[in-house]
Amino acid sequence: MANKTLTHLRRLEAESIHIMREVVAEAEKPVMLYSVGKDSAVMLHLAKKAFYPAPPPFPLLHVDTTWKFRAMYDLRAKAAKDAGMELLVYQNPEAKEKGINPFDHGPLHTDMWKTEGLKQALDLHGFDAAFGGARRDEEKSRAKERVFSFRTANHRWDPKNQRPELWHLYNARKAKGESMRVFPISNWTELDIWQYIHLEGIEIVPLYFSAPRPTVERDGLILMVDDERFKLAPGETPKMRSIRFRTLGCYPLTGAVESEAKTLPEVIQEMLLTTTSERQGRAIDKDQAASMEKKKQEGYF
Amino acid sequence: MTKKTTDQKADQIYQTEALIAEDIDAYLEHHQHKTMLRFITCGSVDDGKSTLIGRLLYDSKMIFEDQLATLEADSKKMGTQGQEIDFALLVDGLAAEREQGITIDVAYRFFATEKRKFIVADTPGHEQYTRNMVTGASTADLAVILIDARKGVLTQTRRHSYLAHLIGIRNIVLAVNKMDLVGYDEAVFNQIVADYTAFANSIGITNFTSMPISGFKGDNITAPSANMPWYKGSALLPHLETVEVDATLDQAKPFRMPVQWVNRPNLDFRGFAGMISTGAIRKGDAIRVLPSGKTSTVSRIVTLDGDLEFAVAGESVTLCFADEIDCSRGQVITIADAPTEVSDQFETTIVWMDEHEMLPGRPYWLKIGTQVVSATVQQPKYQVNVNTMEHLAAKTLDLNAIGVANITTDREIPFEAYAENRDLGGFILIDKMTNATVAAGMIHFSLRRAQNVHRQALDVSRENHSALKNQKPAVLWLTGLSGAGKSTIANIVERKLARMNRHTFLLDGDNVRHGLNKDLGFTDADRVENIRRVGEVAKLMTDAGLIVITAFISPFRAERDMVRAMMQPGEFVEVHIDTTLAEAEKRDVKGLYKKARAGQLKNFTGIDSPYEAPDRPEITIDTTKLTAEEAADIIIARLIP
Repeated sequence: MANKTLTHLRRLEAESIHIMREVVAEAEKPVMLYSVGKDSAVMLHLAKKAFYPAPPPFPLLHVDTTWKFRAMYDLRAKAAKDAGMELLVYQNPEAKEKGINPFDHGPLHTDMWKTEGLKQALDLHGFDAAFGGARRDEEKSRAKERVFSFRTANHRWDPKNQRPELWHLYNARKAKGESMRVFPISNWTELDIWQYIHLEGIEIVPLYFSAPRPTVERDGLILMVDDERFKLAPGETPKMRSIRFRTLGCYPLTGAVESEAKTLPEVIQEMLLTTTSERQGRAIDKDQAASMEKKKQEGYF
Repeated sequence: MTKKTTDQKADQIYQTEALIAEDIDAYLEHHQHKTMLRFITCGSVDDGKSTLIGRLLYDSKMIFEDQLATLEADSKKMGTQGQEIDFALLVDGLAAEREQGITIDVAYRFFATEKRKFIVADTPGHEQYTRNMVTGASTADLAVILIDARKGVLTQTRRHSYLAHLIGIRNIVLAVNKMDLVGYDEAVFNQIVADYTAFANSIGITNFTSMPISGFKGDNITAPSANMPWYKGSALLPHLETVEVDATLDQAKPFRMPVQWVNRPNLDFRGFAGMISTGAIRKGDAIRVLPSGKTSTVSRIVTLDGDLEFAVAGESVTLCFADEIDCSRGQVITIADAPTEVSDQFETTIVWMDEHEMLPGRPYWLKIGTQVVSATVQQPKYQVNVNTMEHLAAKTLDLNAIGVANITTDREIPFEAYAENRDLGGFILIDKMTNATVAAGMIHFSLRRAQNVHRQALDVSRENHSALKNQKPAVLWLTGLSGAGKSTIANIVERKLARMNRHTFLLDGDNVRHGLNKDLGFTDADRVENIRRVGEVAKLMTDAGLIVITAFISPFRAERDMVRAMMQPGEFVEVHIDTTLAEAEKRDVKGLYKKARAGQLKNFTGIDSPYEAPDRPEITIDTTKLTAEEAADIIIARLIP
């Protein structure tokens, strides 16, 4: 019989699909966390492949901070509709009531909207398995994260007490109240993600492509003034710059890069020739050394 | 790094960058056709594993400027290389580990070259972490065994090689590291290779590639080192780029696909989703589903991107059949004319990965392929000393122990020898209470007993026995602490039932230990076997139509549940003879608590051995409120309403 050489992207794709099907077969109530970013876009695309011709048999959950880029909100509903999936949006009511925002509240913003918001949303719906788009190449402490990551009933992650994962065998058994976070694209790198988006023609938020956008520069980060809530300092005026984003989060916390890359190949080209890592554009990682590990123990995705 | 290698590397990077800059589309086209290699690095604590991986990331440009800045700062703060960059800090992830200077878990790293994407499992060299190395090795195509040129072949080298071989890695690279510290001396390298060859042959490794390197200085990493002109072989990275991956070989084997999920979006579509383990499948191929043995032909190979004409090992697909045959998760689709064997008894190698030792006879969940079944492990035939490869006698296996033992599953499963197929021969064991993954195992072969010992059909059935006695058989299982009153109550229950013309038999813990179980002690493993035997005896007695009363501490939930599962539904009545430890100790009828407290009696339940109270017993007797007579009446009322 004829042979077929599977490229690295096809092998990564097959592995991710395998992981998603295991979860659907073994979990009671799975959900896919959807952040509207490029990793989420790839994960959603893989889910469509895994269950075709059925639509993915779980809803999408966006843990919203109300501070995402407007362009992200535009794509969110469309992506869910195209996939034939239900979209759940959760906003932490306490954060909403207190008006928690990235300008006045610093790390509390991420903690309340994202970390607490996620726990609340999972508890509210009783989801026992949540797909996340984290990758092991993003950050050092992620390199050791399992594909199936167990969380106590309080959503805590215990790095010393993780189950060994052998072969393609994932142990998805858990006690009542416990849950798992599952990372189907663990073994993808940033370059793999871009190449796959290019190869498969996956729709992503236009912010990943360069365009003239209103910006200010603060603490070495170029921030986009996405709406009128952006608090300008006295004397600060937005300046049009040709920018794009390598990673998307809350707009006041996400640094842009100056770029002329208007197409996907150009973006990949820039990425390959670039000299700074993806997460550098995220303010939240800089809080302290080993900050991601600490956040993870507290239940941040 | 020497001038020559620097130049070569610079050339290579320049050419790549030129292509990226000038023709990104051509570059992308080329890079979509890369293959993937997964490998592990293993070595002792100071052999320079993390440094080597850091070096590979650095040399393949996977380190960005900001990471490099952090690395330089970290190197000065906590590095072990003076003012030079400590590459190890790049890969030692968790904060606690960084302080200890030891990698304590499996970490996965990624880099890519022109030809391949690589996934590296960084596995620890630390003494007690066999578990992590086996985990990292289980998905690897290749193992890099690192040796410190100054130290030569060490105990750890032997252990890592043994484990790599055990887990079935065919490609082994012996990397003699830190050559810079021995003056790039050829004689040192040759001696180490000779030593290693002798050892490798003795454990069955017939083929490996050896190379002298320096991860720290970059010698023989990306290009041949000018410091070692005597070495004519390939540098590490070019070797990794060209070695044949297992996935290619798997395509030549017979077709097997464990069914993960049945896709049934509507009445018109029924597809079986899974990842092809070995072989290839073509539209129209005749298939056989195991263990049922049902056959059909493949009518469609469905993907989102359109139907495929054929699919191969490593692809995740959905198959449709021409006929409506039963097929569900856990079953294995095979090519019709070359199905796998099916069995329920196996000889296996087991790597124990949990802090609680293995308990022979206790049922664990066994996951193989996409199937989960209940399985018991027998007492190991032997344990392997991973340092000397000696076979040792063993009653059990504890954390990081490797042994050979037979396993029995509660139903027949399709399988292949691990050496043939990792997916259908590799399994994990899961503790039924904690859900922890407690072991990894590899099937050697099916025991012939499973094929040759058949059940004899009997003319007089258990229903006949029961009808003759005019009673429904049952097991009244009394469990509780020593001194709770189990034997006393059991005795009264039997006396009262006898008066009611019921045919009974009382199995008492102490009495059984004088005969049937006199070879067993009080370790956890022996307690499990004690209960297993009593359960089997009780089962035979219920087949004979008897009402069996048992009085055993039976401290573990898992074994009580195991006995429950042996009986017909409703036959097993768990009676918790409940008393506080203080109360039992106060009574101390046999003087045992006093002895245990004095340290003269080991493994005494409640003192230095745990008692797991039943979650949902059919009956709970509170002995602080009821007399033994009252307790007996409650139990009988449940049995004969």
